[in-house]
Amino acid sequence: MSPGTTQITIRGLSKKFGAAPLYRDFDLDIARHSIVSVFGPNGCGKSTLINMVAGLMPFDRGEVLFDGKTLRETRIGYVFQNYRDALFPWRRAIDNIRYPLKLAGQSVQEVERRVEQLVDSFQVTFDLNRYPYELSGGQQQLVSIMRALAPQPEVLFLDEPFSALDYEMTLFIRDRLQQVFIETGTTMVLVSHDLEEAVWLADTIVLLTRRPTQVAEVLTFDAPRPRDIASLTEPAFLHTKARALEVFQREVRKAEGQA
Amino acid sequence: MRSGVISPRWLPLVGPAVLLGVWALLVATKAVSPILLPGPGVTLQHLWTVTVGGSMAVDFGATLLRTGQAFAIATVIGVPLGVALGSSEPLYRSVEFLIDFFRSTPSSALIPLFMLFFGITDFNKVAIAAFAAVLVVMFNSAYGVMNAKRTRIMAAHVMGASRWQTFRDVLLWESLPQTFIGLRSGISLALVIVVVAEMFIGSENGLGHRIINSQQVLNVKDMYASILAAGVLGYLLNVLFLLLDKRVVHWSGRA
Repeated sequence: MSPGTTQITIRGLSKKFGAAPLYRDFDLDIARHSIVSVFGPNGCGKSTLINMVAGLMPFDRGEVLFDGKTLRETRIGYVFQNYRDALFPWRRAIDNIRYPLKLAGQSVQEVERRVEQLVDSFQVTFDLNRYPYELSGGQQQLVSIMRALAPQPEVLFLDEPFSALDYEMTLFIRDRLQQVFIETGTTMVLVSHDLEEAVWLADTIVLLTRRPTQVAEVLTFDAPRPRDIASLTEPAFLHTKARALEVFQREVRKAEGQA
Repeated sequence: MRSGVISPRWLPLVGPAVLLGVWALLVATKAVSPILLPGPGVTLQHLWTVTVGGSMAVDFGATLLRTGQAFAIATVIGVPLGVALGSSEPLYRSVEFLIDFFRSTPSSALIPLFMLFFGITDFNKVAIAAFAAVLVVMFNSAYGVMNAKRTRIMAAHVMGASRWQTFRDVLLWESLPQTFIGLRSGISLALVIVVVAEMFIGSENGLGHRIINSQQVLNVKDMYASILAAGVLGYLLNVLFLLLDKRVVHWSGRA
């Protein structure tokens, strides 16, 4: 399950906000069985990019294909930054996780088997029979990740999933995500504003320019998994992170020069 | 930590005690003529007598029944219509002015109009109260749907929910907290209109009828007792809806 052939092809993606072009003829390939981090200057439209690819936001021109299929024919999962607004507070945590499975028309036994699997692989220790608002922020985000992964999506999109969490919870959930990736090889596209996590989790780091947004550079980070805290101090990690920072600063300065 | 002279659990009783005290004082000092204001003791005693005697129960029950009927009609029409309007922004915008206009019109101003159509019937009282309540209920349900969290709708969409499934599993639930606010305002409004209608649309029972009757014959004791009974009814309905709200819309204000 090493990163391989292209799974998501983005071609000629264009999007305007008012008169200002945000994306103009944007191309990107995303490899199967890989974790891809999207990183870039503020306001370059990182979240807009995955929202367009995931079908949450319309675009003006261009094409997004998943193994040659359209989005409609593809099972995707999406984890929102704001878990409070994304979970359904009228359903218990466990019913939130069951929801996409029920939508897919699975039988009660199938649903329960899948939920058990998820509980195991996420090492859930809190009571899933509670309502989301009775859980801590980290637990809520864990529930929404489990909900997104429940139908075994071909691609999992994550929009700054850790930005509202404390560091301890961030480390825990990052590690769980990596574990799920090792077990299932689910392709993950992660938007992050934290360079450390963007590099640590990723096989590929996509660095973006300022508007109109283009790919500034694509870096690969192929440290073996499972990666742990120690990986954060290894030369390969530090080197990749330094290179990413260099590109990032170049892009930020470029924009300042224009302004 | 000391919290003062009075234990906090008795604090809610302070206001009523002061009111009764002022009331008793006004009567004792003859600041207000006893013809206009009997003492609190005799009034409460009278309320007790007519309540256990049964005559108040008949009027209380009649008003409660009319309010309940009006509220039921308002709910059955207002909630589905409000949710439907809220689901389509263009639709809502096109009737928004009408709703706001009639919502702002005092419903009591329409009593004579309703009398023309429905005559001096019992149904008339219910109809006008239902009309007043339905607008509030509809307006709140519509807003509940329109203000649904975008993220939750997107979450349902991305999980593959159809339009109908998104409506059933997200929009309807999202509108519930606001709908309950509408229902609570609606039943209060229905009670107000029912009491007014009982006063002015020939009635043989009901608290409004009893209040105006006792005023006409200067039975002030009974008038005050009936006003208190109407207050009790309004208060109980409010408490009932607050409790229902906490149970049904348990996530309201917490998520």
